[in-house]
Amino acid sequence: MLKIENLQARIEEKEILKGINLDIKPGEIHAIMGPNGSGKSTLASVLAGREDYEVTGGKVDFMGKDLLEMAPEDRAKEGLFLAFQYPVEIPGVSTTNFIKAAVNEKRKYQGLEALDAAQFLKIMKEKMKMVEINQSLLSRSLNEGFSGGEKKRNEIFQMAMLEPKLAILDETDSGLDIDALRIVANGVNQLRSKDNAFLVVTHYQRLLDYIVPDFVHVLYNGRIVRSGTKELALELEEKGYDFIKAEVEATNA
Amino acid sequence: MDATTILKNAFDKQNSNSTQLGAFHAENWNNFSTWGLPAIKHEEWKYTRIRNVFNDKMIVNNASGLDAAGVQQYFLPGQLAKNAIVFINGVYNTSLSSIAEAEETLVVKSLATAAEDEDAEFVKTNLGHSQRYHQDGINALNAAFAAGGVYIKVKKGKKVEHPVVIYHIADASVGFIFSQPRILVNAEQAAEVVILETYKKIGNDDSLTNEVIEICAGQDAIVNYIKIQDEGKGSNHTGTTHIRQFAKCVTHAVTLTLSGNIVRNNLNMVMEAANSESHMYGLYLLNGETLADNHTIVDNQQPNCLSNELYKGIMDEKSTGVFNGKIFVRQDAQKTNAYQSNKNILIGDSASANTKPQLEIFADDVKCSHGCTIGKLDQDAMFYLKARGISELNARALLLHAFAVDILDQIKDEEIRNYADRLISERLSYEF
Repeated sequence: MLKIENLQARIEEKEILKGINLDIKPGEIHAIMGPNGSGKSTLASVLAGREDYEVTGGKVDFMGKDLLEMAPEDRAKEGLFLAFQYPVEIPGVSTTNFIKAAVNEKRKYQGLEALDAAQFLKIMKEKMKMVEINQSLLSRSLNEGFSGGEKKRNEIFQMAMLEPKLAILDETDSGLDIDALRIVANGVNQLRSKDNAFLVVTHYQRLLDYIVPDFVHVLYNGRIVRSGTKELALELEEKGYDFIKAEVEATNA
Repeated sequence: MDATTILKNAFDKQNSNSTQLGAFHAENWNNFSTWGLPAIKHEEWKYTRIRNVFNDKMIVNNASGLDAAGVQQYFLPGQLAKNAIVFINGVYNTSLSSIAEAEETLVVKSLATAAEDEDAEFVKTNLGHSQRYHQDGINALNAAFAAGGVYIKVKKGKKVEHPVVIYHIADASVGFIFSQPRILVNAEQAAEVVILETYKKIGNDDSLTNEVIEICAGQDAIVNYIKIQDEGKGSNHTGTTHIRQFAKCVTHAVTLTLSGNIVRNNLNMVMEAANSESHMYGLYLLNGETLADNHTIVDNQQPNCLSNELYKGIMDEKSTGVFNGKIFVRQDAQKTNAYQSNKNILIGDSASANTKPQLEIFADDVKCSHGCTIGKLDQDAMFYLKARGISELNARALLLHAFAVDILDQIKDEEIRNYADRLISERLSYEF
């Protein structure tokens, strides 16, 4: 589904990704872990198409298409979804209208009819239940004055509405209490199928108790330095990131 | 013939049928001759080359062949056609106007009639008050030609059920048309009214509309005023909306400018009594080479008044937005609360915004604030929308609409608000 080869990217003059390789197949959940500043969020942003980053090398294939050649909105319409670490507050745009616009643009891209108000409402109600989000929140301006937990739930709600092929969760667990974390994870687990895949970017192992990954990768200094199964996450939790840093330094020395 | 000769000939031909107005015209023709048309070295006209609009092909106060059907096609739907006051080429047209509201609430008659009947004294005392704030040839020129004006009275304690909609039609099918509508509104004690002004140019030639509307609000009156300008290319506008508060009351103005060539709006709120409240909101959503220049004045003369002002501008392509907001707080106006804000978004690479707050405060116990911003569209917000599959154009439209909605929401009348929203959404090419 997603094949990343030797991906390199920088912001201004700073090299951040120094050659990432990653292969994600349908039905899989991959977790990317790593210390602060290792490049986790950069990877998520580059995949979603944020223009602040310049891709300096490598390629990314997303279901047979060259992802890096596509505009952010086309990536989304092809089925890529980024749950933002810091969802943007947009006063004056109602959450419902925004999601309706997004869903219908995607449908148009797929050659489907736009949903009418009744159909849209029906689907929205189903998905609202899934992420335990209520109507009053959705009639407010997008993310404006939402608590941290509400913002993250809104991200998962949008994901549920858009039914992406590949969802990237960028530190969705940061700033969440245990209840919100459980709700977010439940949403992801319900959306999980053999046809879609998830890339979960996180600093802590905690989220992975709820969203169980098939593979865990450790990103350090712009490279994936270790890959393994969910046990790797537990090892990191126990030992901290220092042992990875030490290992990498030893190899380089 | 140059513009001045054209104007002089038209002035000589004018017959107002009112001795009172005749004197007013003569006095103002003299003022016009003395002051002349403002040049850009005139501080108040720095960005707006109004002289260039006057030309040697101008046609003044020309009659138009428009009939009732020709005019009614421009009426807004629903309740907005009920109280319709029609101006053709700057002249109030009684037969094309229609007022559904009963006479015991709303009186509409020509200014020349009002200047000679039981309202003569009111006209005498109040007509031309705006000139105290605009000593320039533009204001004087309108006053010199006020013969075709209208007088509107909302009677004491009455509420006009549907908005009073003033349709200004400029028929430029025979040449460059110069219109000078004049309006005097008398909202008596505890009267309530919504007034909407809209403008329509027809025909292929260009036009200039030079308007003055003076509104007087009595004690406990509530006056809501909305001006919507979307006349399209080739239409020029200079207009003064002058609102006086005779006693404690509430006045509220919303100005929307969507198109035109050169558009200059003066809006004055003269707060002559204690404990009054005035609100001024504006949105200019510009593209092409439109220049929209909004000059506002709030004159706080008495204590305990509140004024609130918010103007927002979106400039695309080569358009220019100008905002100049003056607030006077006179020595007696203690405990004044006066707020002003102007926010601009530049989209076009050749677009520009000029903004200038001007506060003159002579009282020592007041709260005044002002602020202005000029920026670009929020790129983080753009990316967020695009990352959900929303196209660049729609993402931009959503954000611009969101920016404009603060002003739209200030239009309390639902039909007018929906109409304005439709114009804005059409402009942004997006269905919300």
